[in-house]
Amino acid sequence: MLVEVGHFALALALALSLVQAVMPIWGARSGDPTLRQVATPAALGAFACVLFAFAALTYAHATSDFSVQNVVENSHTTKPFIYKLSGVWGNHEGSMLLWILILTLFGALVAVAHHTVPPVLRANTLAVQGLITFVFVLFIITTSNPFSRVAPAPLEGNDLNPLLQDVGLAVHPPLLYVGYVGFSITFAFAAAALIEGRIDAVWARAVRPWTLVAWSFLTLGIAMGSYWAYYELGWGGWWFWDPVENASLMPWIAGTALLHSTVVMEKRDALKVWTVLLSILTFSLSLLGTFIVRSGLLTSVHTFATDPTRGVFILAILVLFIGGSLTLFAWRAPLLRQGGLFAPISREGALVLNNLFLVAACATVLVGTLYPLVLEMVTGEKISVGPPFFNTTFVPLAVPLLLIVPFGQTLAWKRGDALAAAQRLFAALALALVVGLATLALTWGGPVLAPVGIGLGAYLVVGSALEIISRARGYGASRTASPGLIWRRAIGLPRSAWGTALAHGGVGVVVLGIAAQGWATEGLATLKPGETLATGPYVATLERVSPRSGPNYEETAAILTVRDRHGNAVGTVDTGKRFYPSRRMTVTESGLLTVGASQVYASLGEVQPDGAIGLRLYYKPLVLLIWLGAVVMALGGAVSLTDRRMRVGAPTRARTKALPPNAVPAE
Amino acid sequence: MTRKSRRLVLISACGAVLALAVGLILSAMSGSIVFFRSPTEVAQQGVAPGTRFRLGGLVKEGSLRRGPDQTVDFAVTDTNATVQVSYKGLLPDLFREGQGVVTEGMLEPGGYFRADTVLAKHDESYMPREVADALKAQGRWQEGAGKEGAGKAGGKDAGQTPGAGAGPTATANDKTLGPRSER
Repeated sequence: MLVEVGHFALALALALSLVQAVMPIWGARSGDPTLRQVATPAALGAFACVLFAFAALTYAHATSDFSVQNVVENSHTTKPFIYKLSGVWGNHEGSMLLWILILTLFGALVAVAHHTVPPVLRANTLAVQGLITFVFVLFIITTSNPFSRVAPAPLEGNDLNPLLQDVGLAVHPPLLYVGYVGFSITFAFAAAALIEGRIDAVWARAVRPWTLVAWSFLTLGIAMGSYWAYYELGWGGWWFWDPVENASLMPWIAGTALLHSTVVMEKRDALKVWTVLLSILTFSLSLLGTFIVRSGLLTSVHTFATDPTRGVFILAILVLFIGGSLTLFAWRAPLLRQGGLFAPISREGALVLNNLFLVAACATVLVGTLYPLVLEMVTGEKISVGPPFFNTTFVPLAVPLLLIVPFGQTLAWKRGDALAAAQRLFAALALALVVGLATLALTWGGPVLAPVGIGLGAYLVVGSALEIISRARGYGASRTASPGLIWRRAIGLPRSAWGTALAHGGVGVVVLGIAAQGWATEGLATLKPGETLATGPYVATLERVSPRSGPNYEETAAILTVRDRHGNAVGTVDTGKRFYPSRRMTVTESGLLTVGASQVYASLGEVQPDGAIGLRLYYKPLVLLIWLGAVVMALGGAVSLTDRRMRVGAPTRARTKALPPNAVPAE
Repeated sequence: MTRKSRRLVLISACGAVLALAVGLILSAMSGSIVFFRSPTEVAQQGVAPGTRFRLGGLVKEGSLRRGPDQTVDFAVTDTNATVQVSYKGLLPDLFREGQGVVTEGMLEPGGYFRADTVLAKHDESYMPREVADALKAQGRWQEGAGKEGAGKAGGKDAGQTPGAGAGPTATANDKTLGPRSER
């Protein structure tokens, strides 16, 4: 019964989102405030309906209602409760329902939280958001209904793919979706600005918090997915340049560019047309990612079975929104007025350079991801574009970008002094050089590029810290050397300054972690109990191989003791093969031993009848920095979000008019 | 600095970064893409030893042999031609005789394929798309059976998640490919 009501609620959401898509825009056009205000209740109603539908599906999963097709396919009575819940979005239908739940949540938030936004802009934004919701709810109802029943109901379900029965994968999709779908709001704002034909600093300030939220969550979501792939797939790699991973990386890169261009727009009223285009591109890449993941057009190592017929519908959505918004852009963008002059060497200039490199890097990822598809359509030749391609295109574009990061934050707005900036960064540059050279000397004979990466990471971390310190010290007459005063001033700096420093420092931490993988080692052997395998600074001894039972699996576990080269025990690692009878599927569970930020990683191979096991052992120095750095970056986004600017509306239009220089078109 | 010269700087910066990106892509395209070959293509066209490529097909029944130090030998077939493969490392959990597989590596002068990667799949009923196409080319793949498989797989095994977990084609119902050995 509840399931039918949930289905009905979804249909109601379809109707409400149509109202939300049409009425406000009509009201904004005809200047009718009553019609315009329909947007708020419609957005809230659509959210309530989708929330109810989602709750109904969750209830069906939680109670193992096997009369529902979706539950039969993805659940099992013995499955632990947490995976019964995560099983809701561990499948196509449920994950699309989560997609629109977050979509309508963002719509509802804009409806209630944005009193600082001019009413016409808000109405148009909600209308665009309503249109997106309408199309996706239509997609779910017509092609991927999670509420279909089966009769007669089977006694037991097929269970969720054991690889997905994991805490990491329980939280990964919601995080990622808040990021992916969050960019729909910036897209809606951009489309609304184009419809209205007006854009200003108010727009930039309205968009910025949404960009920050989406970007922070996407950062966390990607990091979580990367960590899951690292420990669950058993290959010890943290990034595979796989189409599905690239699908989430591309909106992240474009979103990072957007985050920086909205700063320029908000502060200096420049780069307006570019920012609008970036907003469109970012969400377009989110849609493209959804298409890549859902359609199954590209072969991915993360491959699960999918239904290709749904791809056509998503392709139609893709064409509608990307084509529609770009057409709108071509038609209306000339109406948007340019403003804010700046010299090439200035904070704006550095941010433009940042955008250039980010967009170029994003383009190389896009080309590498789609090239196999295009080539196969044109010539029929099947190829794979793997890590070598991305390492030789993406990395050379990322390195200059990282080099200018500390420069950018040191330069002044409008007209900067490159020499003065270099002087202020002298300490960071010198320290980075020392760290790089020292690392090279200490690891002589090892990889050459890794110490360069360590130097680069150190430069980014120190550069970010230096920016905070030098701002707290003050300039000219207010300059101080007293540590107490510096501390107090540092505390008093705007939260956005701290957010920037944290995010940039986080990038440095990620770079350190990646560079340290140059010293990763691995060993492979057949071991009998009592025998040892050495890798890096550690030696692992196989203690025993023993069976274990889990709630819904049987496991053969190998328990190893890890010692350092002097024979002191560091800890134990156990890796196993889990057999899930419900799916007749075996999954390798890798074992991790964390020492500081480094890890010893064990992966079990074939268990032979005589008790010998195949074992792969990795030593991953400082590997945790990769994900910790991403968490620091997301934290930077969160801190920036608490900045006072985000709570206070932008200066009103009347004041902007009073300042003639801003109204002068630049080009 | 005049508006004109400012625009010039901007445009040349755009041009420089664009040229860099295009140059990087073109140089990487020529050096680091890997072609897919079926055993029949390897037999007919021949691939020079030392060229990296992906070899895909079915793991031939009864061909799997484990050697010392985690080396394994098996044969990859598309039922028409067969290539002997040698690999050192742990095989993916879903690697089985009679099932689809994609391996990456290069041919050795002795005519066997030395793989350094054996690609995993995450789902019982998933058949790598290239493998399905290669089998179709040999007439060993009935469109109808494939569709039935896809329908069933789409229903039964659509277990995936967005970022880390989803992707291509459900084309295979493994029952249409003959018996499989359970470990």
